[in-house]
Amino acid sequence: MKILLNDREESFDRETLTVSEMLKLKKFSFRMRIIKINGVLISGEDYDSVVIHEGDVVHMLYLMSGG
Amino acid sequence: MRFSEIKAHLGKFRIGIAGAGGLGSNCAVALARSGIGTLVISDFDTVEPANLNRQYFFTNQVGMMKTVALKESLLRINPDTVVIAHTEKLSSDNIPVIFAACDVVVEAFDSDKMKEMIVETIQIKMPGIPLIIGSGVAGWGKNETIRCRKIDDTLYVCGDESTTADAELPPMAPRVGIVANMQANMVIEILMKKTRDYFHV
Repeated sequence: MKILLNDREESFDRETLTVSEMLKLKKFSFRMRIIKINGVLISGEDYDSVVIHEGDVVHMLYLMSGG
Repeated sequence: MRFSEIKAHLGKFRIGIAGAGGLGSNCAVALARSGIGTLVISDFDTVEPANLNRQYFFTNQVGMMKTVALKESLLRINPDTVVIAHTEKLSSDNIPVIFAACDVVVEAFDSDKMKEMIVETIQIKMPGIPLIIGSGVAGWGKNETIRCRKIDDTLYVCGDESTTADAELPPMAPRVGIVANMQANMVIEILMKKTRDYFHV
């Protein structure tokens, strides 16, 4: 399937993926992050259950201390 | 458009600023100079000497509540800006109350956990209200890595999204000021697209 991840097309060898599986495949290990799928905020406790489908628009951003 | 017209337009809006440290104090100054009508600023901390390397405070304000000191400075810059100061620690419970009726909210916390909390709170409890966060301000140099990214109409992130402040990579005036002013610039961009013509009570 193909998704848009931070405005870039990404291909995965799967028909669906959970958020956790996507993070593992992409080796995104930094934990302070925000993820939105099709405009909806995904809570960290739902990463194992929320499924990403073909064509989904996924945004991820990192939260860094300092201000 | 002339500045007098821009200022008249920006004077109709109310902006929330969550935190009055490096990001919040500098962002508030830029917004007051631009003519924002009302600034709602919340911070529970007092001014310390170590803050003066980047935060918009003065030596004679050390020991004062940050919100009180900042309000004093903002009113010296632009007495027409209404500054509403709150001194309680922000939480998912009081954010929707303190920032009620704000047109845009600026995240200006230090800690990543607090940044996460306000993103979740505003996205869920204040749907549709744009939140502009700062993420990645530490250190010096690397001008080319600092950017502003629109996630969607309700979420924007300013900063390099990669540096974490710590003892060996402290936050300093130039990069913190750049990001704070970038946040203020984003606020103004959002407000200049709004055509609303009523005044807040």
